Amino acid sequence: MRKFVLMVSASVLLAACGSAVKLDNVPVEDKAGTPVSTGAPAVAPTSGVGQGAVAAVDLGKASQDSAMQSANRLVYFDYDSFVIRPEFQSVIEAHGRFIKANKSRKVAIEGHTDERGGREYNLALGQKRAEAVKRALSVQGVDESQIEAVSFGKEKPAVAGSSEAAMEKNRRAEIAYR
Amino acid sequence: MIKQLLQSLVVGLAWWLGATASAQFRVEVSGVGLTQLPIAVTAFRGDEAAPQKMAAIVLSDLERSGQFRGVDQAGSVLDETIRPEFSAWRQKGADSLVAGSISRLADGRFDVRMRLWDVVRGQDLGGQSFAVQGDDLRLVAHRLADFVYEKLTGDKGVFSTRIAYVTRGSKNFNLWIADADGENAQSALNSPEPIISPAWAPNGSQLAYVSFESRKPVIFVHDIATGKRKLVANFKGSNSAPAWSPDGKSLAVTLSRDGISQLYLMDANGGEPRRLAQSNAIDTEPSFTADGKTLYFVSDRGGSPQVYRMPAAGGSAERVTFSGSYNISPSPSPDGKWLAFISRVSGVFKLHVMDLASGGVSAITETSADEKPSFSPNGRLIIYATQQQGKEALMTTTLDGRVKARLAGQTGDIREPDWGPLQR
Repeated sequence: MRKFVLMVSASVLLAACGSAVKLDNVPVEDKAGTPVSTGAPAVAPTSGVGQGAVAAVDLGKASQDSAMQSANRLVYFDYDSFVIRPEFQSVIEAHGRFIKANKSRKVAIEGHTDERGGREYNLALGQKRAEAVKRALSVQGVDESQIEAVSFGKEKPAVAGSSEAAMEKNRRAEIAYR
Repeated sequence: MIKQLLQSLVVGLAWWLGATASAQFRVEVSGVGLTQLPIAVTAFRGDEAAPQKMAAIVLSDLERSGQFRGVDQAGSVLDETIRPEFSAWRQKGADSLVAGSISRLADGRFDVRMRLWDVVRGQDLGGQSFAVQGDDLRLVAHRLADFVYEKLTGDKGVFSTRIAYVTRGSKNFNLWIADADGENAQSALNSPEPIISPAWAPNGSQLAYVSFESRKPVIFVHDIATGKRKLVANFKGSNSAPAWSPDGKSLAVTLSRDGISQLYLMDANGGEPRRLAQSNAIDTEPSFTADGKTLYFVSDRGGSPQVYRMPAAGGSAERVTFSGSYNISPSPSPDGKWLAFISRVSGVFKLHVMDLASGGVSAITETSADEKPSFSPNGRLIIYATQQQGKEALMTTTLDGRVKARLAGQTGDIREPDWGPLQR
């Protein structure tokens, strides 16, 4: 839905360069030529409407986007640490490439901790994890304005329970496309 | 054997049913205080038929303070007009006696009257009377308890103050405002996402808190009576740990807008924050002293989280905790003499109290998952969250740890208490 709104807004902007086009008269089409209604489009649609403006749609990009959504978006951390372990470099690099190629996308890095310790201090620890991933992305050349590092501290565990296995899965940073 | 088991099961079930059916939750008080004034609080004439058992609420308040011990008075029939048999009460061990009455007025309100007697000297210490709607009876009982407490100890009573706390349900979170005994809880906010760090404004009519409703932590200031709330901190990154200055005009907050969690001061109505300190470490959990001059906070600038303090106007910080490798959640007492905080000892988190003059520290609980201590406004009690038998609970304790009470609360995981100010 949000992609639809973004694309429609883009096309309205483009349309403004030419003649005025009413928003609800804008047909939205994907490259395959199937008109998509103003309901929920299944594929990221876009359309340049209005004279002289054409917005290109790359289906390849769209499928990559949904691939990034379902791809591994998790970086795990050791206890009391915000150091990114080597095995997570490739995850970060993959997302870094995508974000660089999609300059309009906004990403939140959400830092988390396990359940041990105070809520506010853990919020700050989770923040350090999120900032570490953000730094790793910006080192790759990602524009910092596309990334917001936030923390959930211990408030949103991925796995319930107090076992070592659960806590391992909760010490994490999640790359979340917004 | 089976018969006994069945009998105790039946008794247990009956008790449980009785307990859940009655409007009054049990407030479990345990421990013996150092000096406890023995007091007899006789059932008010009319208590039986009244919607609230006034004497029981008064006694419960006084016992929870840790400074009073109830003397058995079963079977006594007194009210505020009858002069007691002082020698008989002295023999029962009471130093003071409370008697009263509650009756229905023609307009549907309740007329509540009470008198306090000094049993030792045989003197009338004064009385109180109220005419109120049924909904306000608990508050009246708390005010009567405050009256007794203040007459006999010289300290301000906190029984008619309020507390805030958060519960987590299966699908949602609630921010509650309740009486200081945990009763009468009303939800100020119901959210599908977590709420943490509620902080009472000094005026007692607003709460600041951190909400995750927009998928990042932001700070709201919430007007309790109207439900209107203002988003005061939504800077880039995380916004948390709001602490009111005693004049109610500013909030000290933790913001990560500059890439790491640091302390800032901002107007309580919102606006551009001013950074309070510069460190390359985590600085968080600010807490003003009652005179507004000093800010306690947590920093791991020395390698591990410890409590520091700095002048509220800005300036260099000095470290306050030196024992152990994890000290957080500082809460200074209103008179500035004590500091409550949480210390991790052998891997478990325990409430400690520091005598700020000497630096001496005491662990005052037997539990091992203590969180979020907060002083009562008269400085005599600390409320905190902990776990008992695997379930989250709110407790109060005297500063020496001798008398503790578990508060009634809503069902569900209960945490993040903050004690409200004295009523004006």
